[in-house]
Amino acid sequence: MSRTDQWKLLGVILVTLVAAYYLYPSYRYYTSTPAQREAMKPDDLAKLRKQAIHLGLDLQGGLQLLLEVDKSRLNAAEAKDATERAMEIIRNRIDQFGVAEPLVQREGQDRIAIQLPGLTDRQRAIELIGKTALLEFKLVRTNDETSAAYTRLDSWFANRPGGTATDTLLANHPITGRMLDQGFFPKNEVPTVMKLLASAPLDSILPPDTQVLWSDADEASGGITGRFLYVLKKTPEMSGGSVASAEARPGLDQTNPAAWGVSMKMTPRGRADFARVTGANVGRQLAIVLDGIVQSAPVIRDRIPSGDASITGGSIDLNAAKDLAIVLRAGALPAPVRILDERTVGPSLGSDSIHDGVKAGIIGTLMVVAFMMVYYQLSGVIAVVAMLLNTVYIIACLGGFGATLTLPGIAGLVLTIGMAVDTNVLIFERIREELRSGRNIRQSVEMGYDRAFRTVFDAHSTTIISGLFLFQFGTGPIKGFAVTLIIGLLANLFTAVLFTRMIYDFWLSRGRVERLSI
Amino acid sequence: MLQILHGTNISFMKYRRLAYFFSSALVLVTVVWFFTKGPTYSVDFTGGTLLQVRTTPAATADAVRNALDASGYKGAEIQQMTGDAKNEFLIRIPSDTTDAQVMASRLIDAVGTHLGATKVEQRKVESVGPKVGGELRQKAIWAVLASLGSILLYVGWRYEFKFAVGGVAALLHDVLVTLGVLMFTGREVSLTVVAALLTIAGYSINDTIVVFDRIRERGKALRKEKHSRMMDIAVNETLSRTIITAFTVFLSALALFVWGGEVLNDFSFAMLVGVVFGTYSSVYVASALALDIWISLDRRKGVQAE
Repeated sequence: MSRTDQWKLLGVILVTLVAAYYLYPSYRYYTSTPAQREAMKPDDLAKLRKQAIHLGLDLQGGLQLLLEVDKSRLNAAEAKDATERAMEIIRNRIDQFGVAEPLVQREGQDRIAIQLPGLTDRQRAIELIGKTALLEFKLVRTNDETSAAYTRLDSWFANRPGGTATDTLLANHPITGRMLDQGFFPKNEVPTVMKLLASAPLDSILPPDTQVLWSDADEASGGITGRFLYVLKKTPEMSGGSVASAEARPGLDQTNPAAWGVSMKMTPRGRADFARVTGANVGRQLAIVLDGIVQSAPVIRDRIPSGDASITGGSIDLNAAKDLAIVLRAGALPAPVRILDERTVGPSLGSDSIHDGVKAGIIGTLMVVAFMMVYYQLSGVIAVVAMLLNTVYIIACLGGFGATLTLPGIAGLVLTIGMAVDTNVLIFERIREELRSGRNIRQSVEMGYDRAFRTVFDAHSTTIISGLFLFQFGTGPIKGFAVTLIIGLLANLFTAVLFTRMIYDFWLSRGRVERLSI
Repeated sequence: MLQILHGTNISFMKYRRLAYFFSSALVLVTVVWFFTKGPTYSVDFTGGTLLQVRTTPAATADAVRNALDASGYKGAEIQQMTGDAKNEFLIRIPSDTTDAQVMASRLIDAVGTHLGATKVEQRKVESVGPKVGGELRQKAIWAVLASLGSILLYVGWRYEFKFAVGGVAALLHDVLVTLGVLMFTGREVSLTVVAALLTIAGYSINDTIVVFDRIRERGKALRKEKHSRMMDIAVNETLSRTIITAFTVFLSALALFVWGGEVLNDFSFAMLVGVVFGTYSSVYVASALALDIWISLDRRKGVQAE
């Protein structure tokens, strides 16, 4: 064995060892049974999971969201770090919700990308993350003020051109005509009234510092289900910033003790404010407003010095109460967020995908292996070993770089296997040509490698170019595909040019070879 | 030594006009179809919501449609999956509503409640706002064009201009024809399909380069030959490699197509089509076009090439 060959051998062994080192955590993690994982120390397990190849959401199931922070209502100073603050709060909420390895990343100016692996209850997660959770305590206007506000609304809608009501009551009193009680609308009228209100410039119709807000969910009043429309003082007495802690609990609603709700404790400052507000407004209703919806509007019976408040409501069940407590603790988002893009993969589809992907990979590899061995015989075996090494290197790189394996990534791996043999095919065909032209075996191998190299290099470069653009363009899974493809092509250059060449040199250096099995 | 296609001497270039006709017809049909009917885009590009649900025991498409109608979602498009996944349905909702996300959940509930005892499991939800859909569409077009441009530059730098033009034409041809076949078979153009198209672009040029490289190498020895003869020799000499590589890549793509599962189905189908056309085009589009450019360039220089 010549000097250079010894170096090459050393190189290949070294690279393979490094690859094995990076592969080992993945091997241990993905072959361990749940019981074995249970037995490990949590820190060790977390470390192992970190070092193992990450599976994309499309493989392990989970939720991926792209949010946009709506800064349209913020002033310049507020808008400046709104995205950062929103991210912080969302991260906080997710942590409290309990998801293993969530990913919250900023994307561009005002977007936030979120990945929640393994999550199954998407609706709950979306509500938890997307809720602005702006909590406000607002005074309900007095009965007289409320009636006056309704009158103004009635007259504005009644005088608006294009009224279609044939009923005189509804024509003259479009709002109160639909109302049963003070502010209570039966279920069937609610959508109509909502639509009416949404179409009007309420700020200019209503008296100053006044707004109307709906109650949370349908409730029964006098045997009829419907919703309340509250007339409120627009300036809040207090906001969610005064809340120190929040906790989900049953028994907060005296009329319905089994119902869940959220009990809040206030900060010392909040306690003082709350005592002052309640003390000054005994006998009036104080509405607890969350994101523009009135959760409840209890009558203040007495000054409340303890600073205890609670949120209850018809639509709050155990999970909703827990989530509400989380968002109240984590604080309100500085601005509303909108979901631009959502991708959820159920766990069953994820495991099906892994199963199918691996199966296709194995069958594809076997077919290629069989073909190469039949067609190129012993040389084919060399190519196959190179291809397998190649696969090991790719997976090790993915593990080492902390890249994510996605389903398109598996496809990339399978395709790379098909293309990996291409390099060897090019070289083998070249060697065969040289043999045919009458050169001896050693020369043919040498020439074959030398001449094929340039072709292989150019062919790889162009494919890598399109891989790079793919990476640039791709989102999530596609990026995974591009990464696998690019790493695969590089690994391929290494194995084909260094490894197989070395094997040939070794083979040919062992005395006279009469016939090259190719 | 087991050999196929060794020592062939096929006059590929003689038939290039026929191939031009065939290829232009394919490309033309694709382009016309693209601009008139247009491909079916997935929610990635159109925006909207795609739901995949599994029903146990299997419901019928009519039952699912009735369940949706009964819940007031009349605009939804329902598609029953085939093969082993007959109990699964794809439900598509256009993106005219702002809270498509919330709607997806309500839809699942709706199907669940109206199907009675049938269990409805959510397999996949993809919901893309119209804004992101538009962005993704632009990004996809940009990525394809930019990678074409860079390949043109690379091949132009490493080889000659005439080869670069031939190579990129072949690449465009492959991408377009594959797109055409996808449209013809009614498959959706999604992000993954665009990824497949870009991979095909890479593969196509890879194949073409092998032929060009041979011409570059043999150019001197063959300079007495006619250009078309040179091209034929180069194609014939690399033919076995072209076929074998196409075959192994085809095998890999086939494995993905048959066993790779529903998610990769469109991707691997596109790859299968692309490999076949990529192989054809490296001979009949790339090489043939390079030859004709070569001939006309020489003619302009006053050299009698053919």
